[in-house]
Amino acid sequence: MGFTKALKCRECSREYPVEPIYVCEFCFGPLEAVYDYDGIKKVLTRETIAARPRTLWRYKELLPIAGEPQVGLDSGFSPLIKADNLARILGVKELYIKDDTVMHPTLSFKDRVVSVALTKAKEFGFDTVACASTGNLAHSVSALGARSGLKRFVFIPASLEQSKITASVVYEPNLIAVDGNYDDVNRLCSEIANKHRWAFVNINIRPFYAEGSKTMGFEILDQLGWQAPDHVVVPCASGSLLTKVWKSFKEAHKIGLINDLHTKVYAAQATGCSPIAAAIKSGADVIRPVKPDTIAKSLAIGNPADGYYATAVVRETGGYGEHVSDAEIIHAIKLLAATEGIFAETAGGVTLAAAKRLIEAGKIDKNGSTVICITGNGLKTQEALAGHTGEVHHIKPNLASFEDVLAKIGR
Amino acid sequence: MGVKVRIPTPLQRLTGGKEEVEAQPGRIIDIIAALDKEYPGIAERISEGGKVRRFVNIYVNEEDIRFLSAENTAVSDGQEVSIVPAIAGGRI
Repeated sequence: MGFTKALKCRECSREYPVEPIYVCEFCFGPLEAVYDYDGIKKVLTRETIAARPRTLWRYKELLPIAGEPQVGLDSGFSPLIKADNLARILGVKELYIKDDTVMHPTLSFKDRVVSVALTKAKEFGFDTVACASTGNLAHSVSALGARSGLKRFVFIPASLEQSKITASVVYEPNLIAVDGNYDDVNRLCSEIANKHRWAFVNINIRPFYAEGSKTMGFEILDQLGWQAPDHVVVPCASGSLLTKVWKSFKEAHKIGLINDLHTKVYAAQATGCSPIAAAIKSGADVIRPVKPDTIAKSLAIGNPADGYYATAVVRETGGYGEHVSDAEIIHAIKLLAATEGIFAETAGGVTLAAAKRLIEAGKIDKNGSTVICITGNGLKTQEALAGHTGEVHHIKPNLASFEDVLAKIGR
Repeated sequence: MGVKVRIPTPLQRLTGGKEEVEAQPGRIIDIIAALDKEYPGIAERISEGGKVRRFVNIYVNEEDIRFLSAENTAVSDGQEVSIVPAIAGGRI
């Protein structure tokens, strides 16, 4: 038996049974899983966790499943890298990269949420899973769904680049290309979800799916020896990851996995799509939707569903928000690769570039510990770097030609 | 001809299971008020004090009314209105 007590409306606090529903029938507020923390506290200790395999499921009592994990049994526990080279350049004492570029099996943090969503879909008895996505989520649902024997419908905007289509279609889902942009696809999917009894991971399974993001936070604490960092910088698309990382820290504190919690949470966005960062910076209470225009396509959600809550977390913790230009994103991708040997997708460039600005502005204390969350692999967004990478040295296949180049390189 | 309004699952209990209902042309806020006369309870679920609730998206012919004139957006004969609860982005 799991420890999930109910689903609860985040707006009006009405409670609902644990079912594939996602909005409050009364006020349309989002539903969130609530747990029996007293029960969890008795069984989930640092020792129990340490004895388990290094996967995202080692914190399973804090995830909204009723039985045993069924999907993504090899996912999670990505490296937490101590980034000393980068720390020197940014002028901070203690810097870590939470590196989800190497997540199994599809190289982004979406394998966390999809592992939880598909396990829950199986518990609910669904035989078909679906999602609307232009990239990482589509890859993860396609791959993890294939291994778990689920039928899959993946909806994408028809204009999507071929390389992204290949990375989904290779797993042989039913790939549906919709004549419209991403928001059109999302809207259509919520209408399809009304009609067909499928598990749409980011619609009717969303309360469960979203909880999977907490595993990134649990792992950070676990890998820091159950200490909370002073600062954590999180990229924002819908804002869900940021709110869930903070929720994971609070839960770990509540059940005694960490003794002290003082972390400030920072939101990173691209200037071309920054409704959350803009609200934080202006002190506004409302999130103004925007029409996205940025190379960080995986963060380009103009109308972020969790924007309001992400803003509230940043305020509650004393953090801040920052947005960065496309040029800064490219610079940061290259900086991370050249200093720490990690190739992040554009979203990773956003997070690092925002962290850099926050450090330079004194919003992040140089003497504290900082974790930067890198959510996806750069091999997926190589086109963003076209024309911006270092030069290739062309030579003839002889020693003289090589020595000429070596002299030019100057070493 | 009228205006076609698509009703999301959580509200279909109020419309007797109907996924689509008809309304007269007018501003969004007037259409909501008119729907509430026929299906009592709808207005308070999707709006509060004359404003559409934070977690409700309304589209007129596929365009979010926040990019039009919000609650005052005029809907004419033959146009379609979709009421859609905010959902998580699945782009990333």
